Amino acid sequence: MIEVKNLTKKFGDFTAVDDISFDVKNGEIFAFLGPNGAGKSTTIKMLTTLLSQTSGKIKLNGYDPKTDSDAVRRSFGIVFQDPSLDDELTAWENMEFHGALYDIPKKVRRERIEKLIGFVDLTDRKNSLVKEFSGGMKRRLEIARGLLHHPKIMFLDEPTLGLDPQTRNHMWEYLSGLNKTEGTTVFFTTHYMEEAERIAQRIAIIDHGKIIAIGTADDLKQKTGTSSLEDAFLALTVFYWLWGTVLVLFFKEPARGII
Amino acid sequence: MGYGFGSVFQRAGEGDYIEFLAPGIIGMSIIFTAVFSGIEVIWDRQFGFLKEMLAAPIPRHSIMIGRTLGGATVATIQGLIVMLISFVLGFHPASWLAVFPAVLVMFLIALLFTSVGTIIGSLLSDMQGFQLIMNFLVMPLFFLSGALFPLEGLPKALSVITKLDPLSYGIDGLRELLLGVGHYGIFIDIAALSAITFFFLMLGGYFFKRIQI
Repeated sequence: MIEVKNLTKKFGDFTAVDDISFDVKNGEIFAFLGPNGAGKSTTIKMLTTLLSQTSGKIKLNGYDPKTDSDAVRRSFGIVFQDPSLDDELTAWENMEFHGALYDIPKKVRRERIEKLIGFVDLTDRKNSLVKEFSGGMKRRLEIARGLLHHPKIMFLDEPTLGLDPQTRNHMWEYLSGLNKTEGTTVFFTTHYMEEAERIAQRIAIIDHGKIIAIGTADDLKQKTGTSSLEDAFLALTVFYWLWGTVLVLFFKEPARGII
Repeated sequence: MGYGFGSVFQRAGEGDYIEFLAPGIIGMSIIFTAVFSGIEVIWDRQFGFLKEMLAAPIPRHSIMIGRTLGGATVATIQGLIVMLISFVLGFHPASWLAVFPAVLVMFLIALLFTSVGTIIGSLLSDMQGFQLIMNFLVMPLFFLSGALFPLEGLPKALSVITKLDPLSYGIDGLRELLLGVGHYGIFIDIAALSAITFFFLMLGGYFFKRIQI
């Protein structure tokens, strides 16, 4: 469903994403883990046509985001890491606008909006302007909006950041449901290890723009001989950092993927 | 200002300055609002809402054209308000029927400058450059458009510059319709306005397509 080959993104001298390759299968739930500034969001932006890559190939649902951007945009839905609501519209209007953008038939749209707004506990505030909302309410609305249409691929960029546990659980249940009933492919990034472990079928760990490990949670734990994913993650990133430093210091060559 | 310059203008044998100035002021209110509403793309970008639209399965040029039509409508309405005020203050068009085609010309002016604003908004990523654009683009466009002075008998260099200013054709067109006197002729005005508007819409669509976040 998602094929990425030798994807690289440079901003001037800085390489944000450095020659990464991975595949996500149809109907898979795939997690992207990595420290802040590892290149997770940049990768998602390239996958979702918001940013064009410096080099490398991407295929999403069989289409290339660079040349076939409209077809790609029809294939996915996205929940952004940072706010993307229209503050001057009400909660309901934001949902309605999204539904219209994604061409959801009116009847289904109304039903789903009603359901999702209830789901994130905003029913009594649905006619309030978003600018009057608190940060958490905005975040919940954003999640509800992201779930409004049912795309082939769902991108979630740190969806649970700043989200209360109830909504977090709700959201994952809903997504797992979509994954089972409609075969939706889910691609998400997160900082919460237990979340990745519980939900994702496969996990990629990215650091300094490179994928340093990829596999199931058990694979990763086994490879590092650790008992929890958090330890595996720390071991991998620290080891990777040490290895990179050694390579640069003694062999004067940049680090490559090692595992 | 019309009253201020009025006496000088009359002495120069050009008639009533208020009559002359009104189309210029209408044009001014349109160009300021239009450019600004185009530039509002930057706000959308900063508040993140632009991402939501750019990731949606909608061709980018239709987003751009939709935005531009919206901005142009607001700018036209502002122009209308200024026109109504000028009627109250003593501006009388040569023919009241001409007000309708004049609104059309106002909309063309608005469309043109909203697309100019959108182009600028697509290229800038924050509002820092906004003053620069006001001072070095919008102000000169306004002052060199013949909004404040007649286009007849200008020095050669100035006359060339005014010919290159798209707003000249807009204001001349308004004058032509509302006062029955103009410089270029209404057909040239409308043809020039439409052509430039079309060009900037295309260019705006192109730059909007290339926005990266």
